[in-house]
Amino acid sequence: MFPDALQFHIASYIDNFVKWLQISYGATFDAFSNFLLTILLGIQNALLLIPWWVWVVVVTGLAWWQSRKIFTALVLGGLMMLVGVFELWVPAIETLAIVITSVIISLVIGIPVGVAMAEWDRLSVVITPLLDAMQTMPSFVYLIPALMLFGLGKVPAVIATVIYAVPPVIRLTDLGIRQVSATVQEAARAFGATRWQMLKEVRLPLAMPSILAGVNQTTMMALAMVVVASMIGARGLGERVLLSLNRIAIGNGFEAGFAIVALAIIIDRLTQGVARRWQPPQTN
Amino acid sequence: MVKDNKPLLEVRNLWKVFGVNEENIDLNDLAALEQLEANGAVVAVRNVSFRVKRGEVFVIMGLSGSGKSTLIRCLLRLIEPTSGQVIVDGEDVTAMDEKQLIQFRRNKVAMVFQHYGLLPHRNVLENVAFGLKLRGVSREEREERALKAIEQVGLKGWEKYYPGSLSGGMQQRVGIARALVQDPDILLMDEPFSSLDPLIRREMQDELLKLQESVKKTIIFVTHDLNEALRLGDRMAVMREGVFVQVGKPQDIIIKPADEYVRRFVQDERRMALVAAGNRKALP
Repeated sequence: MFPDALQFHIASYIDNFVKWLQISYGATFDAFSNFLLTILLGIQNALLLIPWWVWVVVVTGLAWWQSRKIFTALVLGGLMMLVGVFELWVPAIETLAIVITSVIISLVIGIPVGVAMAEWDRLSVVITPLLDAMQTMPSFVYLIPALMLFGLGKVPAVIATVIYAVPPVIRLTDLGIRQVSATVQEAARAFGATRWQMLKEVRLPLAMPSILAGVNQTTMMALAMVVVASMIGARGLGERVLLSLNRIAIGNGFEAGFAIVALAIIIDRLTQGVARRWQPPQTN
Repeated sequence: MVKDNKPLLEVRNLWKVFGVNEENIDLNDLAALEQLEANGAVVAVRNVSFRVKRGEVFVIMGLSGSGKSTLIRCLLRLIEPTSGQVIVDGEDVTAMDEKQLIQFRRNKVAMVFQHYGLLPHRNVLENVAFGLKLRGVSREEREERALKAIEQVGLKGWEKYYPGSLSGGMQQRVGIARALVQDPDILLMDEPFSSLDPLIRREMQDELLKLQESVKKTIIFVTHDLNEALRLGDRMAVMREGVFVQVGKPQDIIIKPADEYVRRFVQDERRMALVAAGNRKALP
């Protein structure tokens, strides 16, 4: 086996580091945690204020507006309806609030980082392996320190979700900007565009379809995280799945799982529709 | 010297060498230069000098790979020249800093590209007004001026269309309007009609000539098409492997080609010209 003399552990150093963070900056983390919780609960309460039938009508209407297909609209509206039928309305809204908060934070961080990566090649050398790590590291590994620093409940769930969900929007923002036609950029430069004008008038708008595909991916990843996040006390649909798992309640588990899938399909179709609207017009 | 005789554009000993550490080249050391070329460096523009008067149409003609596109890009430093000077209206473009260069591109020159370089997410009106927007001209003024330029190139009524829905010829009209609206001292045209059908190309050449009668711009026109060069140019330069082989009035170049290369280039035209002059016996 591997020689003893070469064995060395960094585990105790990491433990000490997290403890040190907790003791030295406990107040800062608490304040941040409270701030995030206020936003999250604000979003959640606002969503809960909306009557269920408005949700169904809005989802159906948006789906029709984007796809112009009655069938698609009815299916999406029906899925929203089904969530309520299974008595999962409140957990679904709680989950939605966590997803929305996480996605907003992911975009606020992710889009600027993606832009920076495209603008400075050296930065992408540093960030790319970091993104790889964020996507492959098992989420339980950072769930525990998040729990220690931000306490039990929704806030560490949001933090863990952001870590898991932010890479796609960063990658696709970077990719989208790099794929902007060199001819168009050269023309803009020839007409005296500054670096900032180039970004604002040419690179970002032309990268928009790719960026929105990233937003879509990030949202899906955030939704996929809800079950895991329920293990540290985030309520919502994930909690229902977890409870059913513990009680071996197969049917209840299926209902909750189905509600997650329904939300995913609704969010996916609606955000994809937005992305299509950003494609530059091609035909006559 | 009388002011009118002063060239608007003067290029002095311009070089562009690709693929080497550009600071360390001694361009006067021919042996060293040959060594660099053997190691993979490409001399795209080799010690080119010329002058263009105000209101003149100067055509640079050469086959692909002759360095003509690199040369025209060096004039506004879309490609940074390795050495030499570009002087426009008494100002040394090669000595400008970033800010001065942007002002120069915004106010003194405008460029038309072979592949148009239009913004696909902006309609015709917004594309034509793009340069004015970069300059910071108010929306009202830039739309008024853009409409005038659109009318000049015969696209009235197409303002709200997107580039993707226009034919190649129409897209290039947008490209020309976008350049004209800048009211530049020098119009740079890099093979503007090369990707168009022969009939459309001919039509566009006629329109450019008509347009030139009213706007009287100084035009640097790059092409690989001898016919085009002969029709449009007040003077022309034949370029080969980065060198100006011959510079002069088109008819002089046809009648007195400087070397075998130019002779082969213009031989069909020679025959036609001499036939037309009833001077068939004089043919070699």
